[in-house]
Amino acid sequence: MNKNEKDWIDITSGVNVRKCMRCGKCTATCPSYAEMEYHPHQFVYMVEKGDIEPLLNSDSLYKCLTCFACVERCPRGVEPAKVVEAVRLTAVRKQGNNHLIPDQIPAMLDDDMPQQAIVTAFRKYTK
Amino acid sequence: MQVNENFEPVIVAFCCNWCSYAGADLSGTNRLNYPTNVKIIRVPCSCRVNPIFILRAFQRGADGVIICGCHPGDCHYTSGNYFTRRRITLLYSMLDFLGIERNRTRLEWVSAAEGAKFAAVMNQFTEDVRKLGPNRRLEDLRCRKQ
Amino acid sequence: MQRIGVFVCHCGTNIAATVDVKAVAQALANEPGVVISQDYQYMCSESGQDLVKAAIKEHNLSGVVVCSCSPRMHENTFRKAASAAGLNPYLVEIANIREQCSWIHKDIASATEKAVVLGKAAVAKVHLNTPLTAGESPVVKRALVIGGGIAGIQTALDIAEAGFEVDIVEKEPTIGGKMAQIDKTFPTLDCAACILTPKMVEAAQNEKITIHSFSEISDVKGFVGNFTVTIKKKARFVDETKCTGCGLCTEKCPMKKVPNEFNMGLDNRTAVYIPFTQAVPKVATIDPNYCMMLKNGKCGICSKVCSVGAIDYKQTDRFVEQKYGAIVVATGFNPIKLDKYDEFAYSWCPDVVTSLELERLMNAAGPNGGTLLRPSDKKHPHTIVFVQCVGSRCDDEKGKPYCSKICCMYTAKHAMLIREKYPDTEVYVFYIDVRTPGKNFDEFYRRAVEQYGVHYIKGMVGKVSPKADGTIDVQASDLLSNEQLHIDADMVVLAAAIEPDKTARPLATMLTTQMDTNDFFTEAHPKLRPVESATAGIFLSGACQGPKDIPETVAQASAAAAKAIGLLCKNSITCNPCVAHSDELMCNGCSACEKVCPYGAITYQDKEFRMPDRTTAIRRVASVNPAVCQGCGACTVACPSGAMDLNGFSNSQIMSEVDAICK
Repeated sequence: MNKNEKDWIDITSGVNVRKCMRCGKCTATCPSYAEMEYHPHQFVYMVEKGDIEPLLNSDSLYKCLTCFACVERCPRGVEPAKVVEAVRLTAVRKQGNNHLIPDQIPAMLDDDMPQQAIVTAFRKYTK
Repeated sequence: MQVNENFEPVIVAFCCNWCSYAGADLSGTNRLNYPTNVKIIRVPCSCRVNPIFILRAFQRGADGVIICGCHPGDCHYTSGNYFTRRRITLLYSMLDFLGIERNRTRLEWVSAAEGAKFAAVMNQFTEDVRKLGPNRRLEDLRCRKQ
Repeated sequence: MQRIGVFVCHCGTNIAATVDVKAVAQALANEPGVVISQDYQYMCSESGQDLVKAAIKEHNLSGVVVCSCSPRMHENTFRKAASAAGLNPYLVEIANIREQCSWIHKDIASATEKAVVLGKAAVAKVHLNTPLTAGESPVVKRALVIGGGIAGIQTALDIAEAGFEVDIVEKEPTIGGKMAQIDKTFPTLDCAACILTPKMVEAAQNEKITIHSFSEISDVKGFVGNFTVTIKKKARFVDETKCTGCGLCTEKCPMKKVPNEFNMGLDNRTAVYIPFTQAVPKVATIDPNYCMMLKNGKCGICSKVCSVGAIDYKQTDRFVEQKYGAIVVATGFNPIKLDKYDEFAYSWCPDVVTSLELERLMNAAGPNGGTLLRPSDKKHPHTIVFVQCVGSRCDDEKGKPYCSKICCMYTAKHAMLIREKYPDTEVYVFYIDVRTPGKNFDEFYRRAVEQYGVHYIKGMVGKVSPKADGTIDVQASDLLSNEQLHIDADMVVLAAAIEPDKTARPLATMLTTQMDTNDFFTEAHPKLRPVESATAGIFLSGACQGPKDIPETVAQASAAAAKAIGLLCKNSITCNPCVAHSDELMCNGCSACEKVCPYGAITYQDKEFRMPDRTTAIRRVASVNPAVCQGCGACTVACPSGAMDLNGFSNSQIMSEVDAICK
């Protein structure tokens, strides 16, 4: 299972995590560092190890701003933000891990939220 | 196709003096067996192998030709094996056009330290050529053994 | 008719155990042209060689085939034997029936059969062998050293010591190179100038050494032992022979706002200048980009104050041509430009400096007279952050893929010196790996941590932001405690990657030597020939071949000198006779061979030919320089007209081997 997930992340991110030389510049440069439980360098390292489960269950996935500062500054061209994005996609696409249940929706509704966004979110996060 | 187990192919190997010929010597020093079908011709560099030599070998009745050179980047003459690589690639398309099986010609990189690889390559190549059977398409019939 | 002798060796039982040696000798006796075919216990032994020699004389042999071990083992032995018996050594061929036959096969019948085929191939080849004579080419007893840094100086001193004339060509107004800019050296912390300047003076005073300062190489022709080099002596507008280096002109020059390259632009110099006090040669140079007299003809003060009349505003570039036997390349390195690294704020914050700039800031001869002050407000810094691997070990277009090797050590040195001189200053070093292989190197780094209390943090700096109050916010990661840190620093020092000097690439083209993708010169063999280039007669010294610290540079410089001396000692060089040659009647002048030659051995000449109708025509034909050709044979295959052939491995020889094997 882990193996498949790792392969899947490798493919969807297009990132070769083995290029990482563990300098930590991604984490040094990350603006949402304080918000994250797992930091960019840990994402890269844990994906390389195949230790993906904790990442999938972590809020850190959704704290990444996708600002690409880490991608811009990584000296090895590893592109940590793409790894985070790939892990996020893995979590989102996972069957049976509902991130949105119909009962929660009424509370979220307000006048400014387009209905389309709710429908899209429902389609996306309910699997 | 039926494989004739008794068929003994004639195989010509061109080995560059600095890497592959030394690799062949090493497999001898280590007593690593490969078939007697393989006969080695020493050339200074794999880039000395003119594609005409290969065609000539096929014409004269060789069943397989293998060219061995230094690994890319390790050429004694700096860039010779890159020329070889391009020339052999071009030769392949010509051999395809002539209808000669691609597996009868092979380009391999064998360093002076790779005696075991040399023997393994020669064993494999001889088997491959044996499976292909005698080379008839480019053979000059006047050269055929009686 | 050829008269060929075949000699089959038993090699004790090494060959005889699996090959029926007598049968091989008998079979080969029936080959065309073979007049004698013998077998013997040990052909390479004294008596075996005598057997060959006697047969050559008795049967008046025109070719010899020895069926024995690998030619890599005893080809020379038998060639020498043939030569002793009066036969051209290149008329000997070896059939390898030990390593490539008896040792790898077990079945006697098939091994014998193969040995016969290998013997026949050698006989077929030897039929077409031609006597070859190794050519000789004279050696000019003078060496050229390109670059006058510590590598060039050391090489020149060593060659001069051996009694040969040496010329140093240095593009700057003074020799000394990067080492002259360095303050202290690791791991001993002795002062760089104290050990370098005596060597510079020694080089200047050595009568065998000629220093061409402020000069560049503009053309290189020729080949090993006989290079002709044109040196461009750039106009310095000062007569080198008259100038005494008194420095009066530099004091009086009104143009005082020229960035001082020697101090990395941290202070200013005048338009007429001597780079530093101990410069060699100590001669002033006028910078034409700033001199008002040269720019708009108004000033001329230096000329008025010069008591010896050395100033010459009309001076132009001069070209000197000189012949050399050997060339040593010592073009050195430079730190890379950091303008692409916006995150380190190097381009706009004066308090973010490179390590080489820090060397100048700390140097007693530097802009602050040896007191470490911030460049922006000349205040004493209390927190200094060092960033390692800036541009080194990078996989992108901004930096370099290699490790610059020297940064870990000089950063430890800087950190230690700062902590020693200013104990109130906190020093942080952000590292990815600390790489300190070398004698006393790791001990040195540990001393920086343990005795001097330098904070080494495993992590990288992500962002450097200068703040309004003059301090610098350094945002970095601490990987071991998995934290993001913010440090309020007063100065940031970047360990910039080093790269080969920009002049190296055009020089390599002129010298026809190889370079790697990073513009470092490629050595002939990475392990066994580390100071020679693949082009004969060209040697490599110092950081032009790869990042190096001072001890390594000096070691390589002396090694290159030893190689150059070895060449210069000879009166002439024996060339490998197995080289390419072109049949001028067949050559169509297409240049295909010239393009594939890795050594630049092939040139084209316009030659006069008599045509069938008795007119003469001028045709462009290839000509191979046998002293430069290494005999790879790339050109022989590239030649579309079949004019190019290789001695000792000719087209017809290889074809006849092919035929013999396939028969």
